[in-house]
Amino acid sequence: MINYDKYLSQSIRSVSPSGIRRFFDIANEMDNVISLSIGEPDFQTPWHIRDEGIRSLEKGRTWYSPNRGFAELLKQITLYYERRFGLTYNPHEQAIVTVGGSEAIDLALRCLVEEGEEVIIPQPSFVCYEPLTVMAGGKPVIINTKNEDNFRLKAADLEAAITPKTKLLVLPFPNNPTGAIMEKNDLQEISEVIKRHDLLVLSDEIYSELTYGGRDHVSIASIDGMYERTVVINGFSKSYAMTGWRLGYALGPAPIIEQMTKLHQYGIMSAPTTAQYAAIEALKNGDRDVKHMRGEYDMRRRLVVDSFNDMGLSCFEPLGAFYVFPCIKSTGLDSEDFCKRLIMEKHVAVVPGSAFGKCGNGFVRVSYSYSLKHLKIALGRIREFVKELQDERNG
Amino acid sequence: MDKLLQIIGTNSQFSNAELAAMLGEPEDYIEAKIREYENKGIIKGYQAVVNWDAIDDSRHVEALIELKVSPQRETGFEEMAERCMAFEEVESLYLMAGVFDFAVIVKGETMQDIAMFVAKKLSTVDGVLSTATHFILRRYKDRGMKLVSENSADERSLIL
Repeated sequence: MINYDKYLSQSIRSVSPSGIRRFFDIANEMDNVISLSIGEPDFQTPWHIRDEGIRSLEKGRTWYSPNRGFAELLKQITLYYERRFGLTYNPHEQAIVTVGGSEAIDLALRCLVEEGEEVIIPQPSFVCYEPLTVMAGGKPVIINTKNEDNFRLKAADLEAAITPKTKLLVLPFPNNPTGAIMEKNDLQEISEVIKRHDLLVLSDEIYSELTYGGRDHVSIASIDGMYERTVVINGFSKSYAMTGWRLGYALGPAPIIEQMTKLHQYGIMSAPTTAQYAAIEALKNGDRDVKHMRGEYDMRRRLVVDSFNDMGLSCFEPLGAFYVFPCIKSTGLDSEDFCKRLIMEKHVAVVPGSAFGKCGNGFVRVSYSYSLKHLKIALGRIREFVKELQDERNG
Repeated sequence: MDKLLQIIGTNSQFSNAELAAMLGEPEDYIEAKIREYENKGIIKGYQAVVNWDAIDDSRHVEALIELKVSPQRETGFEEMAERCMAFEEVESLYLMAGVFDFAVIVKGETMQDIAMFVAKKLSTVDGVLSTATHFILRRYKDRGMKLVSENSADERSLIL
């Protein structure tokens, strides 16, 4: 029997598997489970976008695309960033199309981080930054964002995390799982720190179209002096309900994109051709769809936030993405126990906040990427559960 | 379009408190607004969308009848519409542009009921020139709701 441990790389073995998996495998085997755990749009890709994908197949466009992506798509991406966020990028050297935003994150980290350099990652946040940093040879340094700050990244916390080895800040806003956003003044404050310490920023803006309460997303690249220090990551998954098409992109300084392109070229070759044709249509004619979906999410968001506060689980108002992050400390349970009991007793699945970093303990991630009807049933069950926990505690 | 009407036009089962939360308005505003719509006749009523086909022997048959009429002097189509509407068999009535004038949805317990209604009552109304009856065989979608069984399982997987 071969002991594969001696063959496998130390870095990949040091990356811990997602512990949450097992828990949800149990959920999948139970009947009548109603889930609020999914992190992707419940909408299908708008038909006119799907249709362009189909058309490209009918026309037999089944070849590789250029490494960086089709010129027309790159052009549309840069036009989009200009019209939505006021940022100008040259499509010929400052943009690359990738397999989802995730690949772009991986590319950026591997191109920017040297062995032993530190990457600052605010948590709670999506699970990929830490492992990818490790695989790039970097050392993740975690900043815990706080409920009382509405889970925004504060300049003082950033300052405190910086060492001479710090290279890069990952900026995941609008945030999964908290729903927090960073507004212009928040970004200005951290930008001062970033410039002073000569850092770079990887700004994951995948939820940029999903902000509410009249607050449009602001990219840190639009803050004075930050354009040249920022790699922007975005994609089509969340804005256009195109998760399964696997298409994202990065925008940034030409020398960085140039190196990312090499890595992408050798590792991936090019992003899916069919998806790129669909994405061109999305950027050209998809504004209405985005607006419609945002409106629907917003209604659900209000309903869900209101319900949690009403049932006694305090919930700050999330202004982005499609998650709420209620605090469950008042129940006396930790995140995992809360989720386990909720699924066993009420057959409702939500994700423990601790899955997104240790500081997420005491919170749960609730996705509202579900129909209002579905949300109503699930919230009703959670309400019962919280009531029963209270009765239990009061003996 | 009014958001409130949009929501309750699709699903009237939300409480005023839930509607208030969704729209970011106070609850008493929602209550007043709904009352206003009801009083003005903008909201005409609340009904369940019933899938009659799912019931064995539902004794629920519907037909679409194309009606050609000669409009009356002075009152035009209005008087004709009044007369057709008065029949309790008539479920819906629309004035149409095109080759016929009215589309009439008629319901009955059997096809025979409907046939007799058309022959004896509808076609004998003064001013009716001709009728063409189309029986509805199967309902796939009604008032925005899919009635045929579709795969409703959530195919999304948890990515963590």
